[in-house]
Amino acid sequence: MLTAILLSGLAVGAVYALIGVTYNVMFSASRVMSFTAGQLGMLGGVLGAAFIGVLGLPAIAGFVLTLAACAAIGVLTEIIAVRPVLKSLEQHLYVLSTLALALMIQQFTAITWSTEPQPFPSLFGLQGGGVGDEKFWLPILACAAVVVGLEFLYRRTLIGRAFLAIAEDNFAARALGLPERNLRMASYALAGVIGGLAGFASGQLFLAFFANGAMLNFLGFVPVALGGLGNNRGAIIGGLALGIFQQSANFLFGGVFASVAVFSVFIIVLLLAPQGLFGAPAQRRV
Amino acid sequence: MGLLKQALPFVGIFAAALILPLVSNDYWTLIATRAAIYWVLVSALNLVVGFAGQLAIGWVAMLTLGAYTTSVLVAGNVMPPVNVFLALGAAALVGGVAGVIVGLPALRLRTFYFAMTTLGFATIVTQIALAWQDVTGGGIGLVGPVMPAPLDSIFGFYLFCLALAAFCTWITANVAHSRFGRSLVAIRDADVAAESAGISKPLLLGSVFLFAGAMAGIAGGLFATLQSYISPEAFTFDLSVLFFIAILIGGRGSILGPLIATIVLTWLPEFAAPLVAWSTFLYAVLLLVIVLAAPGGIAALLDFRSRRPIEADRSIVVHTDVLPEILAGRLSADPILLKGIVLSFGGVRAIDGLDLQVEPGQVHGLIGPNGSGKTTTLNVISGFYHPEAGSVTLGTAPLPMDAPQTRAASGIARTFQTPRIIGESTVLQNVMVGGAINGKGSFVESLLALPRHRHDEAMLRHDALLALRCVGLAGLAEVRADRLQHSELRFLEIARALMVRPRFLLLDEPAAGLSGDEIHSLGSLIRAISRQGTGVLLVEHHADLIFEICDQVTVLNLGRELAAGTPAEIRVHSEVVSAYLGS
Repeated sequence: MLTAILLSGLAVGAVYALIGVTYNVMFSASRVMSFTAGQLGMLGGVLGAAFIGVLGLPAIAGFVLTLAACAAIGVLTEIIAVRPVLKSLEQHLYVLSTLALALMIQQFTAITWSTEPQPFPSLFGLQGGGVGDEKFWLPILACAAVVVGLEFLYRRTLIGRAFLAIAEDNFAARALGLPERNLRMASYALAGVIGGLAGFASGQLFLAFFANGAMLNFLGFVPVALGGLGNNRGAIIGGLALGIFQQSANFLFGGVFASVAVFSVFIIVLLLAPQGLFGAPAQRRV
Repeated sequence: MGLLKQALPFVGIFAAALILPLVSNDYWTLIATRAAIYWVLVSALNLVVGFAGQLAIGWVAMLTLGAYTTSVLVAGNVMPPVNVFLALGAAALVGGVAGVIVGLPALRLRTFYFAMTTLGFATIVTQIALAWQDVTGGGIGLVGPVMPAPLDSIFGFYLFCLALAAFCTWITANVAHSRFGRSLVAIRDADVAAESAGISKPLLLGSVFLFAGAMAGIAGGLFATLQSYISPEAFTFDLSVLFFIAILIGGRGSILGPLIATIVLTWLPEFAAPLVAWSTFLYAVLLLVIVLAAPGGIAALLDFRSRRPIEADRSIVVHTDVLPEILAGRLSADPILLKGIVLSFGGVRAIDGLDLQVEPGQVHGLIGPNGSGKTTTLNVISGFYHPEAGSVTLGTAPLPMDAPQTRAASGIARTFQTPRIIGESTVLQNVMVGGAINGKGSFVESLLALPRHRHDEAMLRHDALLALRCVGLAGLAEVRADRLQHSELRFLEIARALMVRPRFLLLDEPAAGLSGDEIHSLGSLIRAISRQGTGVLLVEHHADLIFEICDQVTVLNLGRELAAGTPAEIRVHSEVVSAYLGS
């Protein structure tokens, strides 16, 4: 029982954490929270099922194509819904523009794919629902890979440092001659890859279902709210904690209780620590 | 611009709705019933989204709660069956409570966080409806309530919903045109100014969340009656999108716009069968287009008044003779006292042990180089910054920290370095916001336009026109504030501050960007205000103005007092001359 809770908790938590990182990567580059984060996760599952399950492509080809498509959606988000409203960031129009794009993605998927959850093919044949089931291990592996990859990117590569510079101080970075717009598009592509990876890795866990987008939007945002905007470490810890908390409540008291508990924790954290548990202090208003 | 002319489009729409059943069939009557029910929800949600600017994208949750509450109570599967009207009341209660709970985070955090909260709440309500099978019937659902005769016929129920929709239009219009409606818009577009005017954000937002939740609950009960059978599938997120988008397409701060949008969006899918599947996609495209291309929505297209040219060559002529009437009887014998104030931002000491005394009836100049702590001092007095050490008192009474909304009641008003105005409201409405705390009527009295509400409105309007005449903007009262010149906005802010009937007026660089003539007018206005007994604290860089009108001058440098005294003393102070004024 404890193993089951822990394993499924870590698995779903890894997905929430990755969606949280997707939010953060977009936020760091543009100061914009985008509703497309959860939709990217949904698309990872649906596209994976479409490429491998329906079209019968080899798993590795399906994987690469899925990530490439999600990266493209990421870039598209930047061009359509983010760049036009960046000028007036304080009006928060991005909330509406990214919401509109997210709804378009969700509805397009519902109509052209299916409104029912569809199966996601097994990649390694390790199934059965036990401790060895790949549906639990794939999200955890994906999460670990992203943690290591981001660490490498930010610490060791020039482009990663440029990302950090832009996140730290956009104006100063531009004054230094960094190609801010290209870096922002690259960040959105990276967010697309991470979100797509989260969806692909959790395809067997959550199935290929159009409504996963809204679910991931919310549950992926909770770790961001817990950890503070732009804080990846906070999002990973918050995501895994949320997953274990949710699955414990789910196993012990049932699904309704788990949903209510997660929502209550979210509201309470927002009221007590509006900047998140690891977040920075508020900006000056006057 | 008469009341009649404003009401005309609404009368037209509801008259057309009345004759609709006579000229069409039951099918169209049912569609119109649905539009009316949606409007009951949307009209109230409009106060939250369109006026207060809170992005409540998941309001379908309140509709769901209302629908289930009514159906369960009428069906009697948890307790003895209840009368359908009592059940609707219970639905309003449940919806209202849920509205307040979901709204709580909005008091501290705006925009994305709040949008997420409502989205999360909507998801959870659906999950509970699915899982709590004993009560809700789970995925199978349950029978909706049935109205008593004569409301059980298609036509009777339609008339009932239509009457309710008309009533909702009326009460939300009352609120929109009350100090509460203006305060909501102020919270949306100029929240710092709203707080300085004494508007209590928690109380006001709490009231509209409660109201919008309650109306959504009632709409839910009617929706369940219309559907005659409800299951979680009836309450998709698409419905929430419709409500939300109707308001944005209609235009923020408008009632007619969202009404038209609600009708159009409800009917749109009926025009062509393929549109049904794609309707939400279409709404989303519309939303994107509106956000990127026409942020004002339908209301901006219908706003012909703001396209009329205004006189280009205007000058400001102040009328200080009306000041006694504006400030009448609101005088203080006590000074504002600052003792040992220390405040740091990170490692920088913005204020480093400052003592200051602002006397009533005097103009006190606060000057110094950039970064010397002038505006910071003003923000400490008006309650936005919490100093690490020191005290701020009015006479002997301490002024509470971190509570800028309490300053107006203490008679302390202020203006801002960058004017904080509501661009979409008229000049008159902007000024009326300043007098929000002078109103006596409650939110409920405004909903129903009871006598105290009408008295408040007449009084605020009278006072605001007087204040506008005083600062020389009376001719622009009905013009949208974003069409004014920068210098006029500075005078507009002073008029808004005068609405508080201030005992102390804090001005943050009021002369910045003004022409020579305008600075002269400003000087005589400030001087006249202080002669009425109001203490003025003037942060300014124009040395000429300072030395001309101030009784006392304090010079700051690096957060400390460099010199203090009369203008004559300061003008010859050697350190001030070398550090700031130049010889």
